[in-house]
Amino acid sequence: MLGLNNKDTKLLIVVAVLTLLAPFILNPFPAGSAMAQFNAGYPDLMQRFVIFGIFAIGFNILFGLTGYLSFGHAAFLGIGSYAAVWIFKLFTYNVVPAIALAVIMAGLFSVIIGYVSLRRSGIYFSILTLAFAQMSFALAYSVLSNPKFNLTNGETGLQVYADDLQMFHREGLPDLPHLFGLSMRSTYNLDIGAWSFSFNAGYYLCAVVLMLVFYLSIRIFRSPFGLMLRAIKSNQTRMSYTGLNPRPHTLAAFVISGMYAGLAGGLMAAMDPLAGAERMQWTASGEVVLMTILGGTGTLIGPVLGAGFIKYFENIFSKINDSILHEWFAFLPDGLENFMVFIVHPFVGKGWHLTLGILFMLVVIFLPGGLVEGGQRIGKWIKNRGKAKDSGATTEPAE
Amino acid sequence: MSKSNFTRRGVLKTGAVAGAGLALPTIFTAQSGHAFTNDPTGGTVTLGFNVPQTGAYADEGADELRAYKLAVEHLNGEGDGGMLNTFTSKELQGNGILGKKVEYVTGDTQTKSDAARASAKSMIEKDGAVMITGGSSSGVAIAVQGLCQEAGVIFMAGLTHSNDTTGKDRKANGFRHFFNGYMSGAALAPVLKNIYGDDRKAYHLTADYTWGWTQQESIAAATEALGWETVNNVLTPLASTDFSSYIAPVLNSGADVLVLNHYGGNMVNSLTNAVQFGLREKVVNGKDFEIVVPLYSRLMAKGAGANVKGIHGSTNWHWSLQDEGSKAFVKSFGTKYGFPPSQAAHTCYVQTLLYADAVTRAGSFAPCAVVEALEGFEFDGLGNGKTLYRAEDHQCFKDVLVVRGKENPTSEFDLLEVVEVTPAAQVTYAPDHAMFGGADASLGECNNGA
Repeated sequence: MLGLNNKDTKLLIVVAVLTLLAPFILNPFPAGSAMAQFNAGYPDLMQRFVIFGIFAIGFNILFGLTGYLSFGHAAFLGIGSYAAVWIFKLFTYNVVPAIALAVIMAGLFSVIIGYVSLRRSGIYFSILTLAFAQMSFALAYSVLSNPKFNLTNGETGLQVYADDLQMFHREGLPDLPHLFGLSMRSTYNLDIGAWSFSFNAGYYLCAVVLMLVFYLSIRIFRSPFGLMLRAIKSNQTRMSYTGLNPRPHTLAAFVISGMYAGLAGGLMAAMDPLAGAERMQWTASGEVVLMTILGGTGTLIGPVLGAGFIKYFENIFSKINDSILHEWFAFLPDGLENFMVFIVHPFVGKGWHLTLGILFMLVVIFLPGGLVEGGQRIGKWIKNRGKAKDSGATTEPAE
Repeated sequence: MSKSNFTRRGVLKTGAVAGAGLALPTIFTAQSGHAFTNDPTGGTVTLGFNVPQTGAYADEGADELRAYKLAVEHLNGEGDGGMLNTFTSKELQGNGILGKKVEYVTGDTQTKSDAARASAKSMIEKDGAVMITGGSSSGVAIAVQGLCQEAGVIFMAGLTHSNDTTGKDRKANGFRHFFNGYMSGAALAPVLKNIYGDDRKAYHLTADYTWGWTQQESIAAATEALGWETVNNVLTPLASTDFSSYIAPVLNSGADVLVLNHYGGNMVNSLTNAVQFGLREKVVNGKDFEIVVPLYSRLMAKGAGANVKGIHGSTNWHWSLQDEGSKAFVKSFGTKYGFPPSQAAHTCYVQTLLYADAVTRAGSFAPCAVVEALEGFEFDGLGNGKTLYRAEDHQCFKDVLVVRGKENPTSEFDLLEVVEVTPAAQVTYAPDHAMFGGADASLGECNNGA
């Protein structure tokens, strides 16, 4: 189907089902119950899952295929966001032009940054991209935001004000980002018994975009161009000796993944019309590297899983505070209760980074192929249960 | 290639099944006619406390959270009632808000507008918070205030001192009890003139974001009106921790006063650097070199230690005040936590009470009803004397304290002494003042949300 082989079609269908039914899948617990703490099916977080999934898919096209580790991809995310918010400010709240400009601007910047950074490879490339990203951050955070010339509005973040120009905005359209009149915030709440599910317009826009770019990424992975990128990863020198110039290919991969990041940034601004400089900081660039590695570098679905994993921790675990812990352990005798809270406390709430760090270490040490490898191992174990041990398991490269 | 053959029967069957499937959910849909976002229907009401738990303002955030917890206790009728007993409005009975028990959720703003908005959004969308409060940075407060306006919930600003919060970025759903940069300037300048004279040359170091800019603009305007000269203004990034490279040029600038438009951890570091460079022992232009910190707090004074002695600044509230409200608050805070509250804690506690009171008076949690109840509301007994919530910009007008770092502190908390209480009339300005967005600034319409 759609020029894909059977296996890839299946993967695409799985992704489509997962994203379209996410409001159900992420809200497994009844709304009033104690476990509702772990529900992730509210619009803001679902949007984040998908947007960072897009970001990670794009990053994986560069890192997974060519092996070039960019440490500055968040810069493109930020550029995309600023471009989108400026469209909101100057022209219209319609998200289509905003997202289009976000992708274009990120593409332009990635051509420039890529052209310079790709002169070097390995650690030098990483450092160059990091330097460019930090320059962009500094520009956005302070240089381009002073009372006289305010392009980015610094620490507060660029946002839309009532007295902004908005040339094509007219009465009757929502005062929020919308898709031809359909507000991105409009949510339909479905209550079934004790359960409550929210279907959010913005989320479904992101979900459709995710499916499109996921399909595009499959096509890139399976194309001759994708093969060329893999050749660069396995041995660039040999490739040059055979008379092929790797640079145009790496630059193309860099620009494509930069545009993915810009798309993610544009979508972020479309969901919440504010662009903050922090999303360009090096920690944000590091986050997407973590997502990709955690999920499985070079695999199709891995980055999406990694993005979901990290965002889940960031938003769910970070909100477990001491009073909730006390509720959990209330059944224990007092002394033991306090002891348990004392033990668990450093790992939840603001200590969620610690939990994530430990899990990241475990994954990297025991599952070098990321979560995808974990899934494959479980799948294989289920398949081989009861069968003779001499099946001669061949390790397949992570796909 | 796939071969498809539709039969009439098949199409009808599939159509019927699909139709039934689509219609099914509507059976279960509770037809709830919510008139506004997160209408609390059960026996409880959820408030969202969104404070910095990490970053430069983490100390303030921790103290704010303590105050919020105390306020929730008092609203639910636990503890000694604190300022409920001294508040001039007697609507709150200690039975929650409108008979609903108060519950809360907390979040970490990380002092970043992005993170703060994400945290506030999850409170609104997931936890059903009907009011968001907190923030220890104006950038964050403005970003979250904008979000609350869009989402249709009330925002009760915590510690935010930028003119913009109730100036050019004012919103109908947002309210601020804390004072602002203009008020600091107006209160501080006359005191500075009396002590240091009217021919001083000032050098400004300013935190590079909305609060720093408006604070600097305010204090520079107020001191220049009294004859001072502003030599230079240098912007420093909020994330800086070492200010030596900014302090060194001050020595050669010919300035004899250094104004530190810094707050929290920033101020602690910059003041410490300035003292280490020996600025306070310098004599420039035949006068002793002086340092001024326009926005002061006890937590900062504690962080900077002995360096704050004799340094002037302004503050919203101080625990040593002797009115009934302050005494009641200090007592119940001290009983619970073992030390006196900071000004951040005070303003957050008061904001929670003011919100609860407004809901009770309006008889509804609907944001527009709350806005109406708070606009033009006059009250007393909450530690700042007679106070007005002005309808035009949702800013509180009350007395401002000018304080000085104590030379001989008697305890680790007794670090500041009140030099002067500037009456509210002296710090009041027109709602369309040029520093507050001029005539263009408007609150917009209040938003009840979905």
